[in-house]
Amino acid sequence: MADRSHGSPEHSGTVAKPGQGEVQKFQDPGLPPHRPRLADVDPRAEKRAERQVGMLFTVSILGTLIFFFGYFFIPLDETIATLRLQNLLLGLGTAFAMLGIGVGIVHWAKTLMPDHEVSEDRHVLRSEADRVDAEKIVGDILEETGIKRRPLIRNTLLGAGVLAVLPAIAIFRDLGPLPGDVLKHTMWDEGVRLTRDPSGTPIRASDVTIGSAFHVIPDGLNDLEHKLEEKAKAVVLLMRLNPESLAPSPGREDWGYEGIVAYSKICTHVGCPVALYEQQTHHLLCPCHQSTFDLTQECKVIFGPAVRPLPQLPISVDDEGYLVATSDFQEPVGPSFWERG
Amino acid sequence: MSSSTVVNEYQPKTSVGRITNFVDSRVGGSAMVKEFGRKIFPDHWTFMFGEVALYTFVILLLSGTFLTFFFDPSMTEVAYDGSYVPLRGIEMSAAYASSLDISFDIRGGLFMRQVHHWSALLFVAAVSVHMLRVFFTGAFRKPRELNWVVGSVLLILAMAAGFTGYSLPDDLLSGNGLRIIDGVIKSIPVIGTYISFFLFGGEFPGTVIIPRLYVLHILLIPALILLLIAIHLFMVVAHKHTQFPGPGRTNDNVVGYPVGPVYAAKAGGFFFIVFGVVAAISAAFTINPIWNYGPYDPSPVSAGTQPDWYIGWVDGALRLMPGIIAGIPLEWEIPFPWGVNTLSLNVLLPALVPAGLVFTLMFAWPWIESWITKDKREHHLLDRPRNAPARTAVGVAGVVFYCVMWAAASSDLIATHFMVSLNDVTYWLRVLFVIGPFIGFIVARRIALALQRKDREIALHGRETGRIVRLPHGEFIEVHEQVDAYKRYTLVNFESHEVLPAEADVNGHVPKNEKRRAWISKFFFEDRVAPVTPAELEAAHSHGHHGEVAGEHDKASISSH
Repeated sequence: MADRSHGSPEHSGTVAKPGQGEVQKFQDPGLPPHRPRLADVDPRAEKRAERQVGMLFTVSILGTLIFFFGYFFIPLDETIATLRLQNLLLGLGTAFAMLGIGVGIVHWAKTLMPDHEVSEDRHVLRSEADRVDAEKIVGDILEETGIKRRPLIRNTLLGAGVLAVLPAIAIFRDLGPLPGDVLKHTMWDEGVRLTRDPSGTPIRASDVTIGSAFHVIPDGLNDLEHKLEEKAKAVVLLMRLNPESLAPSPGREDWGYEGIVAYSKICTHVGCPVALYEQQTHHLLCPCHQSTFDLTQECKVIFGPAVRPLPQLPISVDDEGYLVATSDFQEPVGPSFWERG
Repeated sequence: MSSSTVVNEYQPKTSVGRITNFVDSRVGGSAMVKEFGRKIFPDHWTFMFGEVALYTFVILLLSGTFLTFFFDPSMTEVAYDGSYVPLRGIEMSAAYASSLDISFDIRGGLFMRQVHHWSALLFVAAVSVHMLRVFFTGAFRKPRELNWVVGSVLLILAMAAGFTGYSLPDDLLSGNGLRIIDGVIKSIPVIGTYISFFLFGGEFPGTVIIPRLYVLHILLIPALILLLIAIHLFMVVAHKHTQFPGPGRTNDNVVGYPVGPVYAAKAGGFFFIVFGVVAAISAAFTINPIWNYGPYDPSPVSAGTQPDWYIGWVDGALRLMPGIIAGIPLEWEIPFPWGVNTLSLNVLLPALVPAGLVFTLMFAWPWIESWITKDKREHHLLDRPRNAPARTAVGVAGVVFYCVMWAAASSDLIATHFMVSLNDVTYWLRVLFVIGPFIGFIVARRIALALQRKDREIALHGRETGRIVRLPHGEFIEVHEQVDAYKRYTLVNFESHEVLPAEADVNGHVPKNEKRRAWISKFFFEDRVAPVTPAELEAAHSHGHHGEVAGEHDKASISSH
């Protein structure tokens, strides 16, 4: 549709070549003339705008009343429905109260207050005279302190200043204990029973049917005073597969029991619980960053940002048929850290 | 009685006058009223975002103060006995229990929580959009570089305020967020484990992290934000506001409305509008229903976990990073004389590099740009984004870079909502992470140049009216209507940077840095659309100029009537 005959870059020089300067500028036509608004010229429009502003302020008053109605006349009765209703009334009441005032004031400003644009000059941020004066003042101040002439004072002050900061850092030392090797050990040990999370009831090997998965905590975890720290390391996923689909590497042959295997539930990426078990593919998926571990390959990473496989917990069965650990994890669980080794 | 006291014997007649005079003669308010009462502020709808940021921060202070009266920042284990039946009797931290109490047993508590959370989301959003506005219009240029830096620090503080607050209710979702933070901290070489143990007061999660985050959230970070806002606004007053170019608006003046009454009324009224909108959202849309998540426990996790939106891009970077690239694992066990240490690049790189890159470029951009353009002048007139195609392209590349990571934080939700493979979503986003910014740069620059050409055409030949006219010899043309002088001035009055070739220094030697600068200058400004000059306009309007097209004569006469 457009008349393109003027605008093609090749012909009209639209695309300037480097170096083609702007030789001349257009004359500034100055501020456009002020366009009067309806309320500026029509007294009836002015009166109407005035009424509208008043009406908006009245809306605000009604909004506040709605708020008080919601606050005093909706008793909270332990159901989500009344809570939602009260929240709605308080919210809408506040919204009307605020919007009434806000829209009213803006409408007032836009229709009834003068809307002439005014031009004001900018001032230089700094005059050359000021700069010279300031430079002289600073020079005089430095001269009077004599800091340039007395290097002993300057150097000892610098040294003292640097040292004086160090206690402010050192004093935070007691924010926490040193790591030690607590990250390398968990509650699991030889003979500790595998129990259900969160109830803590022990699990018989016969309860674990093929294809099922259990969220497991060590026996006795629930009795600890600060159980969350231990739980954050010790949680385990227990699954039973067809033994043929497992191919344990040398040294790990007796870490499982008739196709029942236990792996740390803490992701080796940044520590989220690897809570999703895809029963058909035997994949474990971390919902935080989608690291995917293949159970049939000893939880090797097959997708996502994790690198290390999930550590396996060696398990066996005790005399009563309950699943027990045969030792702690053979490597630190959870996200990597510098001293992990 | 000396003569000077006689001069001060001003006797106000009204009571308001007496109070005003009392204050004025003690603090000298007259001078302030004289300075600011009619100070001019330019008006443009894009100047509103900074106001939204300021006002949502005020709302955050108000609603946050209310919440502190009821919130108990303690990780002591308690058994919940409040009104929310499904969680009754469950062991949880006092922080989570008091958050539930605020939601269910304090009238208006849920509303205040919602107002606080929604305005926090809006606060970071407003700061971000405000910064985009400042970037794309070039408002960061001299003399405002330092205020741009202050604003950038404010953005980081806003994110910090948001994250520390997000963690406080100690629910399952925010606890998993802290878990991720702990994992990221532990990946820092040498000191990571120590920082984690000092921050959490021992092993994760410990019993001190919530009270510590609380102090940061309600004292340290808001105090810093307030301080920087004060500096920010002080500088705005000192510099006076920028303005868009246009008729009557020059680099030496500021055109707009006086503070009293119009600007103050509009800006003041706008606070209530922002508050009202936040209240309406909080009335109707649930945010962070912590009662659905349950107390923090290291074992369970909900699918589709996501942080608040402003942390999403960092979380997305963690998701995008492959742990193993082409068979090479990115976690290295490095043998040292004292033993083996572990370096987790699969965590460290995505957590530090993209954010580091974005923030470094953001802080340094005013100086980078003036280095490329050698432009050290003061700028009080803004650029329309199209009139600075290279800068706009850089900004869009940055936005694309950010948004790809941001989308990656929702990779699982994208997969489930659009019924596509999660792995494919991640693969595609990895590709976009690399090439997206380049595509964004090229496309944005082309669009900007095309819009400039369009502006040129309108300035030279007028606006398309949609009126088709048939000329006597049978040709159809569309009538163009010339724009008026004011509109045209807006279209032609802009500065367009040109390529600055490398210059030799005094010894006649071209330094390497200067060559680099010249290369970027060429890359940025080689393609440029020059502003229309009066001579070109003259030529476009003169008869017979476009002799190559038959009937041009008639066309010109029609389009210029």
